[in-house]
Amino acid sequence: MNAPNMSGWKPGTPQAPEGSDGVHTVTGNRGLMLEEPLVFEIGNTETTGVDFPSPLTLAGGAGGGPDTGSGSTPTADSSRVREGNRLGGLDRSESFGLPGLSEPETVRHYTRLSRQNYAIDCGIFPLGSCTMKHNPRLNEKVARMPGFSDLHPLQPESTVQGALGVIDELAHWLVSLTGMAGVAMSPKAGAHGELCGILTIRAALEARGDARQVILVPESAHGTNPATAAFAGYAVENIPATAEGRVDLAALEARLGPDVAAVMITNPNTCGLFEREMKAISDAVHAAGAFVYCDGANFNAVVGRVRPGDLGVDAMHINLHKTFSTPHGGGGPGSGPVVLSEALMPFAPLPFVRKTDAGFDLIEEEDDAAAPQSFGRMAAFHGQMGMFTRALAYILSHGADGLRQVSGDAVLNANYILRRCEDVLDAPFGATGPCMHEALFSDAGFAEGVATLDLAKALIDEGFHPMTMYFPLVVHGAMLVEPTECESKATLDQFIMALRSIAERARAGDESLHQAPQLAPRRRLDETLAARRPVLAWEG
Amino acid sequence: MRYLPLTDTDRAAMLDVIGAPSIDALFADVPADLYLDKPIEGLPLHASEMAVERHMRALSKQNLAAADAPFFLGAGAYRHHVPASVDHLIQRGEFLTAYTPYQPEIAQGTLQMLFEFQSQVARLFGCAVANASMYDGSTACWEAITMAGRVTKRRKAILSCGLHPHYVSTAQTMARFEGHGIDYALPTLTAETDFAALADKVDGETGCVVVQYPDILGRIGDMTALADACHAAGALLVAVVTEPVALGALKSPGEMGADIVVGEGQALGVGLQFGGPYLGLFAVRDPRHVRQMPGRLCGETVDAEGKRGFVLTLSTREQHIRREKATSNICTNAGLCALAFSVHMTLLGEKGLRALAAENHRLACLAADRLAQVPGVTALNEAFFNEFTLVVPCDARQLVRDMAGKGVLGGVSLGKFYPDGQGRENSLVVAVTETVTAEDIECLAATLQECLA
Ligand SMILES: Cc1ncc(COP(=O)(O)O)c(C=O)c1O
Repeated sequence: MNAPNMSGWKPGTPQAPEGSDGVHTVTGNRGLMLEEPLVFEIGNTETTGVDFPSPLTLAGGAGGGPDTGSGSTPTADSSRVREGNRLGGLDRSESFGLPGLSEPETVRHYTRLSRQNYAIDCGIFPLGSCTMKHNPRLNEKVARMPGFSDLHPLQPESTVQGALGVIDELAHWLVSLTGMAGVAMSPKAGAHGELCGILTIRAALEARGDARQVILVPESAHGTNPATAAFAGYAVENIPATAEGRVDLAALEARLGPDVAAVMITNPNTCGLFEREMKAISDAVHAAGAFVYCDGANFNAVVGRVRPGDLGVDAMHINLHKTFSTPHGGGGPGSGPVVLSEALMPFAPLPFVRKTDAGFDLIEEEDDAAAPQSFGRMAAFHGQMGMFTRALAYILSHGADGLRQVSGDAVLNANYILRRCEDVLDAPFGATGPCMHEALFSDAGFAEGVATLDLAKALIDEGFHPMTMYFPLVVHGAMLVEPTECESKATLDQFIMALRSIAERARAGDESLHQAPQLAPRRRLDETLAARRPVLAWEG
Repeated sequence: MRYLPLTDTDRAAMLDVIGAPSIDALFADVPADLYLDKPIEGLPLHASEMAVERHMRALSKQNLAAADAPFFLGAGAYRHHVPASVDHLIQRGEFLTAYTPYQPEIAQGTLQMLFEFQSQVARLFGCAVANASMYDGSTACWEAITMAGRVTKRRKAILSCGLHPHYVSTAQTMARFEGHGIDYALPTLTAETDFAALADKVDGETGCVVVQYPDILGRIGDMTALADACHAAGALLVAVVTEPVALGALKSPGEMGADIVVGEGQALGVGLQFGGPYLGLFAVRDPRHVRQMPGRLCGETVDAEGKRGFVLTLSTREQHIRREKATSNICTNAGLCALAFSVHMTLLGEKGLRALAAENHRLACLAADRLAQVPGVTALNEAFFNEFTLVVPCDARQLVRDMAGKGVLGGVSLGKFYPDGQGRENSLVVAVTETVTAEDIECLAATLQECLA
């Protein structure tokens, strides 16, 4: 049998597989940097890493349908099933080509793959807007307690009082930290929370017979904001920003009118700045009969320091996978509870937990009399329980005092990076005062031909995950650096040293930056090719 | 504060560099009258790891874990044995604590895993392309309806009566705001699916028909004729799979002509978790529909040295590029659950998945026969996989509570979903997976008999 594609080599490509250090290996492995074939190249349909109590194949169909599975002899057990199988003649007779591996091979496959990833556990992950903070392992332990992890969402309420208690306790914290009237716990991530908030607003408007059609969104907003507004059936218009990187209140006031349903504002905003005029913005929006939606992705900057409710916010999602440390897991799952003002609470989605003298009730469709104005259900079951247990453990660990220290240290760390780098990297809003938990830089001052992308890729060679690039869109070649509170001064100093050195190379026009990264598991990948000739599944 | 590395000495030195007198001074942009200068009153202060663990354990003990009772709940969430190595592997920090793979050179682990996951889902569903995951089955189902709307330019969806009621509610909520027409009727308690009736309903305005396979009553039906009827009318057939293990025994929806196959992947690797996080699966049979898909897609390419590598691709469908014109607003999806699913699927392989499915079906057949012997109880289904409906002589909502009082989690009452007093509440959906023992089945039969007496 041929060796599987161990070297990662694409047949037909001309170059020699030689690293930048000139060392050639026949496997393509480079010491501890190990290549790993696809499971489709090393597994087969005859191997399994799971044993069952008895050798199992399906009994034949009642109508004499074909046996499935590898053998045609009925097993001892299948004789206990009367009349063969009851699959209605829909037996899957064709092989569908799913490869299996034994347990040792499986463990090795995924362990080798994992080593090609950068992660918070490896070092600072300063991805602006993403709040990549440490994921405490206590949270993982708690989430796996059988009394949480092994509960079915449709069990009788009497058997899940502790789980409903977790939801209620977390809800209490979220409401207290934000100064809002209540919270919808079911949304599954930030964008789903945005949808929840906007639908709540729409239901409230409809209840007063108001068919407003437009949602205003700043240009600097995250893409999910306009996408959500459109997904909920609204037209989207931009709000301009001032030269200081904040919402232009005068322009906003000029645009407000009877057609505007809501304004979506991120605060602190995506330029890493606190919207100083937030209260005035909210007052103007309310005076025009509209609602204020706040994107709470950046809540980590202000938790325990200011309550969105005091700023006039009507609805705000909280990314538990940012502020409250539930792991990002390579792209999810998240959880996006939405805190709501008094005016919006009656329209909150189903289901929700209600505390009674006798314990906790789960209010669902069945009990619609208890929530006559609810806009309804937006997903099956009751939210991201596995994230709730983790977030609650995190919140209890910090307590009210610790959470205030979290935002303080997060903001301190970002300002430290801002001030230590602004002489070599352009900080477009650096002169306007302190930043919040993110330091924003632009590519102004880079030599011709050197881009933000080059700087980011050079950081990889220095052993760091790059910052968020090219977001927000309002700053040219944006670099948004969010260190979080979880980095020590020593780590920050090392990161700053690397960032400064690369920034100086970028200003000097160092051509070798285009080659970066040279020391990662892969060099720059051809994204154009991937999109032009999409290969989205194994076709071997 | 064990998660905060800065010392007071560090803080002072850093403030010095910044030129600020205190951390509070960094919040100068927050209006002074709204700034909280001390911890919010009435909330507890920080706690040790041991104290938090003790508190959480106490809460966990106020629940009846599935492993501690004869357990027969399904209806969209299934309890399967998850091999120990799955949970070990997903807790590797390089997977657990990575972000969405936006820097592919240092995220090949996540990206290759996603490519393998997409390939596994596509094969399981009998489709060409699957995406890198959605939040869960219910949201994937709504996204399939909107995608069918974009493909066909028609905004009417006909939902099977056998579609999970939470999925129906989700679609109805969204459709009300988004302007889709939804045609849906509550299920009647018959042994057959409504696929034939649905085929008669398809007309020139229909964008898609949505069926579930197996459906909420555990029924299974051949959707080939329905797919033909949809295609003849220019509509798409959307198939929803809430129990992917079934496809180790049953013909895939793609093989029968479904155009979009979505599902809930929780059954493999993820666990029950009281309803979330789960795993939305989303696949299309015709690769030409890829550009209308929601969510992230991982694709193969090469790096600057010609080595194979993987990247997120076709992003011009997505919100971060296309903003209000995106195919969906989804951003964070269910990456780690996709990893759990993929690891479990790799451990099983086709051979293991077939064996697992066979064991589920064998036990479900045993249980159906045994439970139908309880006086007053009849089994509705002729065909089923690992879940079936029992018709009982009373409101099953109370029955389920009574059984729970005796320590048996005996099924899901349909009255919970359809509380309209039309007879559906006298029925119970019972799921039987490989985790159920012969003793559990005996215990359920005896408890049913006792509670009905
Ligand atoms: C500012 C902002 N808003 C919204 C979102 C969307 O959140 P999620 O990815 O959890 O859907 C993000 C996440 O990346 C964000 O940074």
